[in-house]
Amino acid sequence: MAMEATETRPLGKSIKRKEDPRLVRGQGRYLDDIMLPGMLYMALARSPYAHARIKGIRLDQAYQVLGVKAILTGADLEKMNLSWMPTLAGDRQMVLATGKVLFQYQEVAAVVAETRAAAEDAVQLIEVDYEPLTPVVDPFVALKAGAPLLREDRAQKDNHIFHWEVGDRKATDDALASSPVVVKEFIRMPRVHPAPVEPCGCIADYQKSTGKLTWYVTSQAPHAHRTVLALVSGLPEHMIHVISPDIGGGFGNKVPVYPGYVCSVVMSLQLGRPVKWVETRTENIATTNFARDYHMTAEIGATPDGVVMALKVATIADHGAFDAAADPSKFPAGLFSIVTGSYDFPVAFAEVDGVYTNKAPGGVAYRCSFRVTEASYLIERVINTLALRLNLDPAEIRRRNFIRPEQFPYQSPLGWTYDSGNYRATLNEALNLLDYEQMRKQQAERRAHGELVGIGLSTFTEIVGAGPSNTFDILGIKMFDSCEIRIHPTGKAIARLGTRHQGQGHETTFAQVIADELGLTTADVLIEEGDTDTAPYGLGTYASRSTPTAGGAAALAARRIRQKATQIAAHLLEVAPEDVEWNGEKFAAKGLQSRAVGMSEVALAAYTNLPEGMEPGLEATYYYDPPNLTFPNGAYVAMVSIDRGTGEVKVERFIAVDDCGTVINPMVVDGQVHGGLTEGFGIAFMQEIAYDEDGNNLAPNFMEYLVPTAVEAPHWETGRTVTPSPHHPIGAKGVGESPNVGSPAAFVNAVVDALSPYGVTNVEIPLFPWKVWNVLKEHGLTE
Amino acid sequence: MESRKDDTHRMVTVTINGEMRQGLAEPRKLLAYFIRETLGLTGTHVGCDTTSCGACTVLLDNEPVKSCTVLAVQADHHQIDTVEGLETDNVLHPLQQAFWDNHGLQCGFCTPGMLMTSVALLQKNPHPSESEIRHAISGNLCRCTGYVNIVKAITDASHKMQQEPAEV
Repeated sequence: MAMEATETRPLGKSIKRKEDPRLVRGQGRYLDDIMLPGMLYMALARSPYAHARIKGIRLDQAYQVLGVKAILTGADLEKMNLSWMPTLAGDRQMVLATGKVLFQYQEVAAVVAETRAAAEDAVQLIEVDYEPLTPVVDPFVALKAGAPLLREDRAQKDNHIFHWEVGDRKATDDALASSPVVVKEFIRMPRVHPAPVEPCGCIADYQKSTGKLTWYVTSQAPHAHRTVLALVSGLPEHMIHVISPDIGGGFGNKVPVYPGYVCSVVMSLQLGRPVKWVETRTENIATTNFARDYHMTAEIGATPDGVVMALKVATIADHGAFDAAADPSKFPAGLFSIVTGSYDFPVAFAEVDGVYTNKAPGGVAYRCSFRVTEASYLIERVINTLALRLNLDPAEIRRRNFIRPEQFPYQSPLGWTYDSGNYRATLNEALNLLDYEQMRKQQAERRAHGELVGIGLSTFTEIVGAGPSNTFDILGIKMFDSCEIRIHPTGKAIARLGTRHQGQGHETTFAQVIADELGLTTADVLIEEGDTDTAPYGLGTYASRSTPTAGGAAALAARRIRQKATQIAAHLLEVAPEDVEWNGEKFAAKGLQSRAVGMSEVALAAYTNLPEGMEPGLEATYYYDPPNLTFPNGAYVAMVSIDRGTGEVKVERFIAVDDCGTVINPMVVDGQVHGGLTEGFGIAFMQEIAYDEDGNNLAPNFMEYLVPTAVEAPHWETGRTVTPSPHHPIGAKGVGESPNVGSPAAFVNAVVDALSPYGVTNVEIPLFPWKVWNVLKEHGLTE
Repeated sequence: MESRKDDTHRMVTVTINGEMRQGLAEPRKLLAYFIRETLGLTGTHVGCDTTSCGACTVLLDNEPVKSCTVLAVQADHHQIDTVEGLETDNVLHPLQQAFWDNHGLQCGFCTPGMLMTSVALLQKNPHPSESEIRHAISGNLCRCTGYVNIVKAITDASHKMQQEPAEV
């Protein structure tokens, strides 16, 4: 049962969330809840074509709509040198189209009006004369010689964006050539969208009298967004106040800067009034960044006993019309180089080629630390293929190849230093909780009765917490994070961090970290994030980075406070500072535990009764540059059955054993795992943004883009092993994304296991019933 | 302002959370926006505009409806209940308390709609099974929790409301 926030020593306890009393009352303050005096509404006109030349735009009808204040087109923005904006990936993206449109629903014009309805009405009356061009939707076609050129603005006259590679190509080729066993698999991770229930939006509120722009925005990275806005708009950074209010889920969707944001800022600057833009669900799914669209080929070389010798991966990455990936700048393919996973490959090589197509731009890391989901899915699928080839149990092939506990810190062949892990223990925990052997027996019995039953494993390793400043930056800004703590005279604290939660529970968990360091309770510590005027600079919340980065900053800022507090305590206890010891809750005189003072007495003294010459006050700020990333891992097991008549897959059991190092709040960690597993389930079985050959988005709303409801979502079981990170101040690693990264392969491996007696080794996600039924049909398993 | 000419607007009168309120609405104005923008009750959220996500669920004459698919004028002279009306005398409704106790919410955006659907469920079926709960809330999308703790919370509330019938 969850505990109250007044609990002492709260670290590791399931403390009830401090954010909930306002949220269950409907008193959250989300972007669209903010209504300012004189506020105008903006709506965007969008292209119906995936690829077309704009011959002309007529606005006269639209201007006739009562209440319309202004209409902005690409030509207007061109005059301000704002028709293009930089993407986080170092490419550029059209704000409003000029010349031609490159994807369906691309932004073409922005209307600002007195009401939402008037803006929408006017959008309908904007007349655009398009000359349709041949669309390219398949990234492999886009790369062919003679394919239509999509990005005429670039010096490079083809559709290839970048080539990135890592590892030793020659050594890998040699090792594969000499491997007794080689398996090769083509694995596609289709295009999906994070689709948080709250869409993206902003209000730009420029006050001409003060020159200050207040920008309310659904932002996972408010400080970075302020800097980008300052660079793009030319406004002085200190005159931009970014407020990221309560956020209704992000999952990576709210990391980039979008054309609608830029247009609303331009309109507010011009009109001197607040301008609100909130996207519709269709705009959300069809335009603000998608994820995945990775087309991967992997080869594993191994001994006849299944000991891996080499891994080689080649990937085509479809980025759509603009490379709007939200990756650290030196990593065009994100952290895909985690693709060797939990296994001790002596040698490996991976390459990724980015490609333009006439599809929406992206992609973001959807509940994922930058392409880690793609990498984990790939390796966990292909290791399964190897097990099938060698007729080995999927648990056994993993045991034979796991990085062993004594190998940590482990140097991976693709350049990472894994911090810690005990992969065999994590797997054993999952297998024991399920009684794996009994489960296999049941499977054999049911198979004998003609049932299609499968068990799938995934034993993934993630890489999170970007990241150390020598490697990680976004447009040059180092990816540290920060925390500032102020202790007030009565011993109550306000702490502000550079991150911005979207449901992860920071108001509780970071309060637990700080309270535990300072002998306070969670209730004593108020956490504030998302306001750039008050919070210290940080890079935001995504990629499971908050706990590894800002969580470290919180602990270390608290320890700075404790250093000064020790001096004050010595003064109060009338002993020398070296004779004061922290007993976990109070400062005590050494050898005399009954003589002790707590943080509230010390705090009061910091303002009323200081040692001679000491600076008053009790506060500290810490900018934490993590020395390494953290490497959470997990062992997931799925048991499924397949309906022969319909092809429907039922997840009968699923257990997720995660090792995210030190656990701050078990209840919150389990909640994160449940949510991530459900998204992983959606990715495996339901979610896909497909396009037809003309570039029409076939799933631009929740009726066609299917996310799991309570009926489809399985019941989840969780477990844990704890292998602390040796370098993180409290040993925590981050967990939000593990379940989404690790689970898709477990589902798919289970489906393959059910069908492998009939020769199936690979199936393509999402596993819609009709797709599975086709596989059954092909193998004579259904009528 | 000009766009609010009398011939394009209708006066809509509703009893919302027990209080009679009036406001002008264009005939095409959706109830969700009437509640949020005209009456200023922003606990009812809009997540899709297409009746899919359920974040805008309110009770209309005690029936759960998705207020993005009801016109404000259709609610004229009807009773509406929203999340803001659940708390009584500074005491949370057992469902609000159970969502808090069981970690039944994360970002909180779907929560008001989820609560209103749950209120309607427990009024009709005070002791629902897990399967009945899952079917009842299947029109309310949650992207954060995976529903496990929402189901737990509703079950918990149903037990507590049984113990304290006065709270229903």
